[in-house]
Amino acid sequence: MNFPWLTTLLVLPLVGALAVSLLPKGTGLVRPVALGTALLTLAVGIGAATQFRFGGTGEGQFQLTEVYSWIPQFGVSYALGVDGISLSMILLGLVLVPICMIAAWDDVPAVGRRQHTYFALMLALSSMMIGVFAAIDVFLFYVFFEAMLIPVYFLIGVFGGTRRAKAATTFLLYSLAGGLIMLVAVIGVYLAGPRGTDGFLLSNLTGLDLSVEAGRWLFLGFFVAFAIKAPMWPVHTWLPLAAEQARPATSVLLVGVLDKVGTYGMIRFCLALFPEASRWATPAILTLALISLFVGAFLAIGQTDMLRLISYTSISHFGFIVLGIFAFTTVSQTGATLYMVNHGFTTAGLFLVAGMLIARRGSRDLRDFGGWQRVTPLVAGALLVSGLSGLALPGLNSFVSEFLVIVGTFQRHPWLGIISALGVILAAVYILVMYQKVATGPKPEGPELEGITDMSGREKWVVAPIIAAFLVLGFYPKPVLDLLEPAVEQSMQTVGVSDPATVVDTSANHSTEGSDH
Amino acid sequence: MSVHDLSHGLASVSLALADDPGGLGATHATQAEGIAGLGWLMIALPLAGAALLLLGGRMTNSWGPALATLLSWASFAVGVAVIVQLTGLPAEERALTVPLWDWVSVGDLSLTAGLLLDPLSLAFVMLITFVGSLIHVYSLGYMEHDPDKRRFFAYLNLFVAAMLILVLADSYLLLFVGWEGVGLASYLLIGFWNWNPEYAAAANKAFVVNRVGDVGLITAMAIMLATFGALDFATVHGNAGGAGDLTLTLIGLALLLGACGKSAQFPLQSWLGDAMAGPTPVSALIHAATMVTAGVYLIARSQAIYDLTPDARLVVAIVGALTLLYGAIVGCAKDDIKKALAASTMSQIGYMMLAVGLGPVGYLYAIFHLVTHGFFKANMFLGAGSVMHAMDNRVDMRRFGALRTDIKITFVTFAAGWLAIIGFPFTAGWFSKDYIIETAFTMEGWQGWVFGGVALLGAGITAFYMSRLFFMTFFGTARWHDDAHPHESPLVMTVPMMVLALGSLVLGAVLYPTGIITGWLEPVFGHAEHGEPLIPVLAIQISAFVLMVVGAGLAWMMYARRDVPETAPEASLVTVAARRDLFQDDVNDAIFTGPTMALARTAVDADATLVEGGVTGGTTGGLNAVSGMLRRAQNGFVRSYALTMLLGVVAILGAVWVMQ
Repeated sequence: MNFPWLTTLLVLPLVGALAVSLLPKGTGLVRPVALGTALLTLAVGIGAATQFRFGGTGEGQFQLTEVYSWIPQFGVSYALGVDGISLSMILLGLVLVPICMIAAWDDVPAVGRRQHTYFALMLALSSMMIGVFAAIDVFLFYVFFEAMLIPVYFLIGVFGGTRRAKAATTFLLYSLAGGLIMLVAVIGVYLAGPRGTDGFLLSNLTGLDLSVEAGRWLFLGFFVAFAIKAPMWPVHTWLPLAAEQARPATSVLLVGVLDKVGTYGMIRFCLALFPEASRWATPAILTLALISLFVGAFLAIGQTDMLRLISYTSISHFGFIVLGIFAFTTVSQTGATLYMVNHGFTTAGLFLVAGMLIARRGSRDLRDFGGWQRVTPLVAGALLVSGLSGLALPGLNSFVSEFLVIVGTFQRHPWLGIISALGVILAAVYILVMYQKVATGPKPEGPELEGITDMSGREKWVVAPIIAAFLVLGFYPKPVLDLLEPAVEQSMQTVGVSDPATVVDTSANHSTEGSDH
Repeated sequence: MSVHDLSHGLASVSLALADDPGGLGATHATQAEGIAGLGWLMIALPLAGAALLLLGGRMTNSWGPALATLLSWASFAVGVAVIVQLTGLPAEERALTVPLWDWVSVGDLSLTAGLLLDPLSLAFVMLITFVGSLIHVYSLGYMEHDPDKRRFFAYLNLFVAAMLILVLADSYLLLFVGWEGVGLASYLLIGFWNWNPEYAAAANKAFVVNRVGDVGLITAMAIMLATFGALDFATVHGNAGGAGDLTLTLIGLALLLGACGKSAQFPLQSWLGDAMAGPTPVSALIHAATMVTAGVYLIARSQAIYDLTPDARLVVAIVGALTLLYGAIVGCAKDDIKKALAASTMSQIGYMMLAVGLGPVGYLYAIFHLVTHGFFKANMFLGAGSVMHAMDNRVDMRRFGALRTDIKITFVTFAAGWLAIIGFPFTAGWFSKDYIIETAFTMEGWQGWVFGGVALLGAGITAFYMSRLFFMTFFGTARWHDDAHPHESPLVMTVPMMVLALGSLVLGAVLYPTGIITGWLEPVFGHAEHGEPLIPVLAIQISAFVLMVVGAGLAWMMYARRDVPETAPEASLVTVAARRDLFQDDVNDAIFTGPTMALARTAVDADATLVEGGVTGGTTGGLNAVSGMLRRAQNGFVRSYALTMLLGVVAILGAVWVMQ
């Protein structure tokens, strides 16, 4: 039997979380143990990635699979496996967790057991994160989908800002509402399938001969849950409050990784299980995606709260991702899945650097800033670089994905492609205006600025890997693209769409060119 | 099919114009060897400088600026070596590619990042690295006492690297990296002194207006990918003939939108005047000599497309002609020496844009004028910087006057630039501009009269406003007061000015009559026969000369002989409009900025209602249910219930599992 890579990834952080919570009071070991666990999990994750064959194994869609019967009475299996898309999401999460821990190092003072809880919850969250992306049993996915709410709920509700209770509740209620609708659809699709002891296995539910009507209802059940999670306009309204009240490190994991469950779920479940309904719903979803893209951008432009602003940029970027998924070209969908990875790093940069500024100034309000380029030049510089990633500057990560989404969408829907391209102007506005308000202007003076220092050594460890990721993914996205493209092609095939042909056949002319392209 | 036939027909027309049967822009590109294979060093050297200075922190303060300057010269040296290698090859083989790495490959698109070393890109390399290095040297003096000098040189190096990526890229996508890269450098340098909120706003404006243009470039690439399945020059240009007429026209117009943003052409010209907020060496390098000409480069590089779409090309010429006049009119009214120079830059790029819009006969003169303009305009900007240096950073020409005796070197070098830009016979500007005017007159029908007429008229206005600037600064009576003590700049600043002044005088005579520039660029643009102008060449030359004398003479009468008021007098409606840049900001505010901000406010208000859970219960549709739940949740009961339920589900499932 092969080594259970995915189960190991799932269990390691849970063990770590348990160990952290059992540590005695007053010990200095909480953070080292938590960080150590996260780094170890990352190392195992890299090990798992080396076992993954980019071109596929020829034995089904998923690799590193582990399938065991769990509750045969209900047809539930403990089934894990990854394709390029889920593996890239898992790796993204594994990289971001230790970065977030370093960023959150001083979030909670080591008094009582609060620090224990904080870091244990982060580890528990990372375990759920792996589970939700690795599950290839629909019911198991649902369990992780709901279970991951618990650590997030406490991370926001216990460790958040002054309105944390309301933020956590709103988050929970929205997610639960979506989850319950999905539960109905999960059971519905099971009943429509072959049932039996492994009836919830994804492979048993793909390619079902559903009636048009049933397929569409079930599709909607999944889609609503994913749209809330992503989040898309108009069910995005839990996010600004959550992002504003949560610790920046929590927001990174929530928006940067967990929310990808929404877009990931659209590909994995909506498209794979209900191809007909997916095609049917496409016009409406493309419209919603464009609305999210622009409303998110306009909302970001109008914000005065730094964390809210960043959360609205995410709504805009999720608009791009959903657009790319439902434009159904290899280019647009690969761009969208690459965007899911890139957006994780961009969000991490923005939230964590904003967190550094907020910790120093004691305010999230942009109007309390100004001239910080001359107070903390390095932190301001990191904000600018993260912002440039957010506005998809070529050479940085987001550009490749945003460009692929735009031009890929154009292949099928020229007008939508051009309209979405207008989003790049608004992105420049919201990012640069934010930077302008924070960093430019005369150097501020006043008692509240005394003793403020520039980026610490610890914070450099937060920023450096993120900026490195910006550059590597900007100039050499090839490994990730190679990872994603086969999975995307599989998804396109399932839905039954193929790429529009190019107008001009360049192959003939090509050879006479004598060029080496 | 008639559309296809038409474009094929046009293709053969343009091919007939070309000496080289291989076709325009289809020179056989082979992989570079030797020094040329190391062509990427031209980009890597200044890029490394930028990284080192930014990451190195304070310890690079002492030697960083010098290193940056050195690296810029090193890049120039590599460029010279590549050119030497290229001249050793037969003309039709002077196009070498340097494939670098597999960058973006997905679906139809398989794109290797690579460089194209051909006469066109290398002409730009020479301009960028030579003028750029001179400006590095000048900045050593100009920025000597600035506390952020190191950061300034890091950004300059970053700019040079990005600009070289832009001109050396062998695909539109890599070009776009340089394109937005220079935009970033420009943003950083316009806002270099962003402790002044106005300067910070100017930087934002430049970036955002450029982004509007970039949407055009992105759209052009989207059309290319859908049409050709590729974004590299070789495939797109080599197959352009197979695309439909409408497609090509749309690509041409979309590229033009990008060019308008970067090159401050109408209607995206509004950012350039504000960009003068940057330190003056930046204005000289980025906002005069190099970056703002990138739009012209883009059109010239895409000639294979424009040759097939006369409609789009006509629009290019119209935009150029319009901007040429627009900038000239604005230039007549500005009292800020840098803003007057900026208006003139806009106008001169209008000339270049007009020239590339004239078709194969115009490309050569567009690039020729671009090169000479790079010299004489950088020269004058550095001169303006030297004047500001002498006058405690003042820029209001109404408070200058009679400076010719106090800062002699600046005066003499500036005079060289002035002669060149007004087109004094046998200076660099005379050669390049007169040929554009003559070429404009060779167009058939109304185009010849309109474009030729505008170009000629523009020459007269240019002579007027540039002479106005020159006389207000260096002649007339001294209008500065006792607190100013004009003094000449140090040699580190004046030597680059002298070099550029020399270029302003002789570069035209060196490059054109000798056939150097024609011979060098011919493999790229093909050999195009001049048509007969509508009026004899001699008549055009004499008219241009007369207009120049009249324009300069008028300026002499008004600004050197007569007293210049120290504050701008009440003026006619036209002058007021010109002082306000023909209301460009008012129009943009009314059409774009205002509505964007209004939309943002509306969205925020609407969203606040949704996020706060509809306090008044006024939300609609399905959200009613959610907001209702939220309201009840306030008492904490529903919250604990929901959580219990969730925990229950998980616990039951766990229990079932354990019991298995």
